[in-house]
Amino acid sequence: MIRFVVVAMAVVTSGIAFADGPGDPTAVKSEDGKYFDKDGDPTFKVAPDGTVDWYTYSGYRRYHSDCHVCHGPDGEGSTYAPALKNSVKNMNYGDFLAVVASGRKNVGTAQDNVMPAFGDNPNVACYMDDLYIYLRARSVDAVGRVRPAKHEDKPPAAQQAEDSCMGKR
Amino acid sequence: MRKLLAATCLGAMATFAVSAANANDALDKMSQDPKGWVMPAGDYANTRYSKLNQITAANVGKLQVAWTFSTGVLRGHEGGPLIVGNMMYVHTPFPNKVYALDLNDENKIVWKYEPKQDPNVIPVMCCDTVNRGVAYGDGMIFLHQADTTLVALDAKTGKVAWQAKNGDPSKGSTGTSAPLVIKDKVLIGISGGEFGVQCHVTAYDMKTGKQAWRAFSEGPDDQIMFDPEKTMALGKPVGKDSSLKTWQGDQWKIGGGCTWGWMSYDPALNMVYYGSGNPSTWNPKQRPGDNKWSMTIFARDADTGMAKWVYQMTPHDEWDYDGVNEMILSDQQIGGAARKLLTHFDRNGLGYTLDRVSGELLVADKFDPKVNWTSGVDMDKNSPTYGRPKVLDQYSTDKQGEDHNNKGICPAALGTKDEQPAAYSPDTQLFYVPTNHVCMDYEPFKVSYTAGQPYVGATLSMYPPPGETHMGNFIAWDGKTGKIVWSNKEQFSVWSGALATAGGVVFYGTLEGYLKAVDAKTGKELYKFKTPSGIIGNVTTYENGGRQYVAVLSGVGGWAGIGLAAGLTDPTAGLGAVGGYAALSNYTALGGTLTVFALPQQ
Repeated sequence: MIRFVVVAMAVVTSGIAFADGPGDPTAVKSEDGKYFDKDGDPTFKVAPDGTVDWYTYSGYRRYHSDCHVCHGPDGEGSTYAPALKNSVKNMNYGDFLAVVASGRKNVGTAQDNVMPAFGDNPNVACYMDDLYIYLRARSVDAVGRVRPAKHEDKPPAAQQAEDSCMGKR
Repeated sequence: MRKLLAATCLGAMATFAVSAANANDALDKMSQDPKGWVMPAGDYANTRYSKLNQITAANVGKLQVAWTFSTGVLRGHEGGPLIVGNMMYVHTPFPNKVYALDLNDENKIVWKYEPKQDPNVIPVMCCDTVNRGVAYGDGMIFLHQADTTLVALDAKTGKVAWQAKNGDPSKGSTGTSAPLVIKDKVLIGISGGEFGVQCHVTAYDMKTGKQAWRAFSEGPDDQIMFDPEKTMALGKPVGKDSSLKTWQGDQWKIGGGCTWGWMSYDPALNMVYYGSGNPSTWNPKQRPGDNKWSMTIFARDADTGMAKWVYQMTPHDEWDYDGVNEMILSDQQIGGAARKLLTHFDRNGLGYTLDRVSGELLVADKFDPKVNWTSGVDMDKNSPTYGRPKVLDQYSTDKQGEDHNNKGICPAALGTKDEQPAAYSPDTQLFYVPTNHVCMDYEPFKVSYTAGQPYVGATLSMYPPPGETHMGNFIAWDGKTGKIVWSNKEQFSVWSGALATAGGVVFYGTLEGYLKAVDAKTGKELYKFKTPSGIIGNVTTYENGGRQYVAVLSGVGGWAGIGLAAGLTDPTAGLGAVGGYAALSNYTALGGTLTVFALPQQ
């Protein structure tokens, strides 16, 4: 109920319309350990034994460092910020990047929901794909509410991207 | 000329000091009249005890709702109203409204204050946009707004008398805590431990809003207002650079140690007591050293701000166990001798009793038996580790290192108790403590600092202690011996400040929204009523027209609103294990309401 109220408020007052959802999340190809759907957007991969791809696991960790203090554990929402596992159902990859980078404001009569811009925060900005992939997996319950038990090794490409993104600042 | 000026100044100061002392006496005296509730904790000692005894253990079962008031705000409502004479002052979370209600005139709104604040401060507030209340002094109401503006309002009209800016929200500073008026000054802390703020307590002149002193939690001796020879820690002078020596390089500048809890004051000693919060970041590997004086109990001279003694409870924090919880002052006998005591229930799960004159450590014991990160505090005065908690390697997130998921640490980061203040009854000589009963997995990793952005550096997941399904307890604690006297299980963390009364009744609220009354001696539940929303506010009592009232703010939120709204998971039981860990959202929804109770009229 709490979640419903917050989400409903967001829709009524946001003024930001998201036309499309993210589409079929099935991974059709992989590149250096990162998986992509048929539209070329990043997505998750969960093996039959529960092993998740590196980015889903990394997204879990980054989410619970920088996002969960407002959006609650496991993308489940809190008393004052929406459940992102639901939000990403109505946002495509581009929408997601834009909101995380620039923030958003939903100011109403009873309460003000404000998300900051994370574009300048390397702890978030360097892991946008990781966060998107994790939340996309949560949105279709491909991973559950707990820490993924097994994950693929960290790909060298992920390490290189991290070093250059975090290091240049 | 200079001499003349100095003489005039001195004369003016002397005059001022006299009137200040009078103002202080007046407030101190007002706080002793049980009909009102003139400071956030009821009295300077932070006992949250009232001498009112119309509502007793025998008749509390007949309690009824007398009146209610909607605040018009939906976020988490911490703190509680003040009652000064026939006026009640009710505060709200962001946008930080204040309502003045006339209790003699059908609780009519006499005035309302609503500041204009930049909503960009909202996401800088870790854990909801809470505010823990206003303070009263000398005909004025003092409010610490979210944007760190300290504002003085005329208590009769709500007109702004002065404003002072206490911090910079664009760098991560915010205002959540309640001020405390001492003599001619208003003291206030600051929040921002998750944003790398160098936190402080600041005293402002009550008449003008001019800064009188500011004492940081970490930094050079002049900034932290320490005298290396006279400021004591566990019976010894702290020495030069006691803080700087415990940080790597300039890390103290983004060191946290925030001061968002409660303050207490001993008028006879003229000392103010408060605690400091976690060192920033949550990744202990990134900040080697004891990180003094984060996680510390401070005793300062209320006039000058100089530190008399300090005690660091959790050196080099590895779990986010902020030390900001209230310091409750009591006078009790220990070992046959009368002692002036300070009792503190820390996030780290230990209940401390110290001599508040000297800072001597008397008791340090677990107030939840599930606390497991430490085997206890070294109480041997001759030991090199005297006063330090012994950390178990298995639960040391520093020893286990970055990118290691440390499992089963109790308590969780929200602590065995958070800001929700305990009460102390001199009748039973027991402390009544609202507690969390939650454990966690904690994984620290490397983060980089950006001004005004979260500086966290750890993931955590929380759940009830293995094998248990309740997430809170309401306990009675003997501070002299460090023992739990009785303990009531609660399904959710108890995130509401307690109230003890001379009627032998103790009150507290629950996250589902119940106001509960229990027997002070036994803990037996005597009354409960479900208010419109979950309670994270503190219970207050007052008398008006010969009738005793009990008041509490409902409005679920705060950190409890994050962790518990969706329910917790039990990683040991795998997926789908809800049941006892059911979501708080199944029990209550948002809403800011004051509910006031009284016995039925004859």
